[in-house]
Amino acid sequence: MMNTQENLLIVTSSPHIHSANSVSLTMRDVLIALSPALLASLYFFRFAAVKVILTCVVAAIVSEIIAQKIMQREVTIDDGSAIVTGLLLAFCLPPTLPLWIAAIGSAVAIIIGKQLFGGLGNNIFNPALIGRAFLVASWPVAMTTWISPLDGVTTATPLGLLKEGVTQGLPTLNQLFLGNVGGCLGETSALALILGGLYLLYKGHIDWRIPFSYLGTVFVLTAITGTLNGEGSWYPLYHFLGGGLMLGAFFMATDWVTTPITKQGRIIFGLGCGLLTVIIRLMGGYPEGVCYSILLMNLVTPLIDRYTKARVFGGVKKHA
Amino acid sequence: MSLGKEFTKGIFSENPLFRLTLGLCPSLAITTSVNNGIGMGVAFTGVLLASNIAISAMRKIIPDSIRIPSYIVIIATFVSMVEMLMHAYTPELFTSLGVFIPLIVVNCIILGRAEAFANKNGILPSIMDALGMGIGYTLALVVISAFREVLGAGTFMGYAVFSGSAPSALIMILPPGGFITLGCILAFLNKMQNVKVAKKAKLNQSIAQQQLSSN
Repeated sequence: MMNTQENLLIVTSSPHIHSANSVSLTMRDVLIALSPALLASLYFFRFAAVKVILTCVVAAIVSEIIAQKIMQREVTIDDGSAIVTGLLLAFCLPPTLPLWIAAIGSAVAIIIGKQLFGGLGNNIFNPALIGRAFLVASWPVAMTTWISPLDGVTTATPLGLLKEGVTQGLPTLNQLFLGNVGGCLGETSALALILGGLYLLYKGHIDWRIPFSYLGTVFVLTAITGTLNGEGSWYPLYHFLGGGLMLGAFFMATDWVTTPITKQGRIIFGLGCGLLTVIIRLMGGYPEGVCYSILLMNLVTPLIDRYTKARVFGGVKKHA
Repeated sequence: MSLGKEFTKGIFSENPLFRLTLGLCPSLAITTSVNNGIGMGVAFTGVLLASNIAISAMRKIIPDSIRIPSYIVIIATFVSMVEMLMHAYTPELFTSLGVFIPLIVVNCIILGRAEAFANKNGILPSIMDALGMGIGYTLALVVISAFREVLGAGTFMGYAVFSGSAPSALIMILPPGGFITLGCILAFLNKMQNVKVAKKAKLNQSIAQQQLSSN
């Protein structure tokens, strides 16, 4: 008879493998990934960018502290999520925006978009986009006044020009790629955003499925409509590189909290975002639809998750 | 319950909008200006008062099985009268409230008071109930619309509040502003309520302790 006592294994409850990942480390990586776009916006919009970005980040941190104090929650500004929200919001604001409007946007993003829903991890919508949507509805003129980079002359965004049917004197694709065009602070430079997005993909913080299905859908749909309308091959590329698509696809549609967790769900999410973006851009009243498309898909994320849930191993298929 | 209590409960402890959260749809839709809020509140109070009196007076002859259609007919009659009166004497308010005047017919507060109060009580308590509920609802509408008009249009009852360029946030007089305002007010009132309950519990506890120690 064996002595059972000696052969007992150590039993602990899962998880058994721990990674050193934490919210603050991930947020640090997101900040690293956003830095090329930050440098690009500082280069193109100079002091205007410094003012708006600083205002947004500081206002986001202050609102987070105030909201968490009032709600008697633990103050968690050191996890860096408020900084990321403030920075992302600043990236989708025009450089000439009055600073008090930018500060209100940050406060709305943090307090209404995040803390009222229960704080980080419980928000339904991307907080930065909530802030932007609030500002667009409240101060439509200030939110759509653009300046061209470097010289600061009032201009229109490339997609705005396209919407008005301008064909002569559009910024070149090269300018769009580098970011030397009018637009929101952080959205103009596709190059810088792609670099940051690739860093996040490399680090494994975001899943390729959302950005690729999102970008792919926009490209394919604009290629089809471009061909039908007899536009050249520049047309889909213009939609691909212009506006907030890169910023949205890599940094906002990939938010862990507000997007599906299943693999098929993420592809559906990306497809939906792409479809809505193209519909708003080509048929809607606004020249740009990235913000609303992501917010609308955030709304159906729980539904997508529910219908793409993997069957439990050994479970029985549901009869319809 | 005393008549006074029937009157005050509608304003505070059973405020139809802030405590019972009834009649939200018209409240969110028309509270874009204080004038609209007052107009809606007065029209609502008139209909509620008349329908409560009529239903209370007829409560013994309305057969139980068809009471809801009967209430609707009675309420619809008074709504039509109020609508015609407003069309004749306050055409501006009539246009700005639009479809929400005829929709008072299906306002769940009026039907709710008929079902929950007027068909069980006499005429005098029903009048007090209608007045209390009507004033409570009007006050709630004025509070919501005051926030929305000042923040969203920079005016109060049509008069400019801020001098110079008004930094008003347009969203507050758009539909999302209604939800945001109502949500914030409800959160604030619930917080006050919780504080009050906690204070009372603490007081009771200390009284109980004193009694224990004195025994």
